[in-house]
Amino acid sequence: MKHASPDELFAYREGDAKGREAMAAHLKECGECREELARLEEVFAALDALPVPDAGEDYGARVWRQIAPRLPEPRASWWQTFFTTQRLALAGAMAALVVAAFYFGRVTKPVPSAGTEAASAGSVRERVLVVAVGEHLGKSEMVLVELSNATPAENGKKLINISAEQRRAESLVEENRLYRQTAMEGGDNAMASTLDELERVLMDVANSPAEVTPAQFESIQKRIAERGILLKVRVVRQELRTAETGRKSQPAQTDSTTRERNKI
Amino acid sequence: MVRMRASGEQAEGVAISDAVAVERTLAGEREAYRVLVERHSQYVYRLAYRMTGNKEDAEEVVQEAFLRAYQKLQQFAGNANFGTWVYRIAANYAIDRLRQRKSEDSRREQPKRIAEGEPESDPLSEVKDAAPSPERLAGSAQLAAKMKQALDTLTPAERTAIVMRHWDGCGIEEIAAVLKSNTSAAKNTVFRAVQKLRAALQPFAEPRGAARAVGTES
Repeated sequence: MKHASPDELFAYREGDAKGREAMAAHLKECGECREELARLEEVFAALDALPVPDAGEDYGARVWRQIAPRLPEPRASWWQTFFTTQRLALAGAMAALVVAAFYFGRVTKPVPSAGTEAASAGSVRERVLVVAVGEHLGKSEMVLVELSNATPAENGKKLINISAEQRRAESLVEENRLYRQTAMEGGDNAMASTLDELERVLMDVANSPAEVTPAQFESIQKRIAERGILLKVRVVRQELRTAETGRKSQPAQTDSTTRERNKI
Repeated sequence: MVRMRASGEQAEGVAISDAVAVERTLAGEREAYRVLVERHSQYVYRLAYRMTGNKEDAEEVVQEAFLRAYQKLQQFAGNANFGTWVYRIAANYAIDRLRQRKSEDSRREQPKRIAEGEPESDPLSEVKDAAPSPERLAGSAQLAAKMKQALDTLTPAERTAIVMRHWDGCGIEEIAAVLKSNTSAAKNTVFRAVQKLRAALQPFAEPRGAARAVGTES
């Protein structure tokens, strides 16, 4: 009689449906396999017998006392975060550029009508956002390309350190969320959807262990490839570049680019 | 999954759900996070202890898990269970710690082996070789000690897999997510862990004569 293999017995014990009836029938007949199964059960019984020291009724309160002083200040909402010192400095620089561009426009071009001025202000805002999102996508693309092109089994390494990519992904997640919210509020659903997918991939990387095995690394690469996120990011970046070029030749453009992207 | 408790189940006092506690924490109410910590610490501790095998490391894993969860709370998808989420963070951190410990241990042990010219041995045969006779391992205390020793020979991934599967009743998909592998690899990891433990206990856990298997008749 052919005996059941250890993995077949284990699968049976785990409740696998495949070949279950045949295995049950075999076990009725075969004493050796029953003994094997009993040995397997001994392992689980021995595991159950392992004690876990009681942490005490007040354990949760103790944990809180230990971590409370180490908790960072509560995170502000995204719009508050936006106005941090660094970002304010960046926003100031951008505002200065916008003002300079405005005055430059005033002295080099004829005075426009009120309607055209409003359209120009909207266009400038959109242009600033387009540039910022373009940069963000560029940085994200770089992280994903580095991860995708690396060879995990290189030099026979057992563990691959991805802590640098992890940190970059972590900071990009936050930026990404801001741009995604802005895109959603602005009705740019296609952009919001791409940023949403990008956010998932970035979070995936950010939440991975700092050191991964080659198999885990390949799994990360596979997930990046399966979602086709690199291609999507490149397409959106290209669209943004095209839109930017279009705006340069047609300054008072409206939000037609957004509408075009939403059609896709 | 068996370990998850209803989110309304409460540590003393404030009867708010996990979702509300998360929302309030995000709104800047620090005390709301206390509710989550007090509610979920015990079972995160059990996971951490089983994974690390000692109290000090387990307590560190618990604290680190809640600190990380707090820092990443904005990334927490509101539709998931906070308990499951912090459990996974703890498992990820514990597996990192185990790997770090293993690599430190192997760095310490390597020069000794080379110096003595010993061939590299696999953990499984080490367990078998070090196994005391069945007579010496008669009591349950010895069995527990033997099992503890056997668990220490597992790789971090194997230990994580068996802890999550056996004690916490996690599904293979969830284990795969923590191990960052696919379900088939995760299943194999659980199987490998069981086989190693079985081999380690072999001299001790001899089958009882008339063992009767599930689904068989007397």
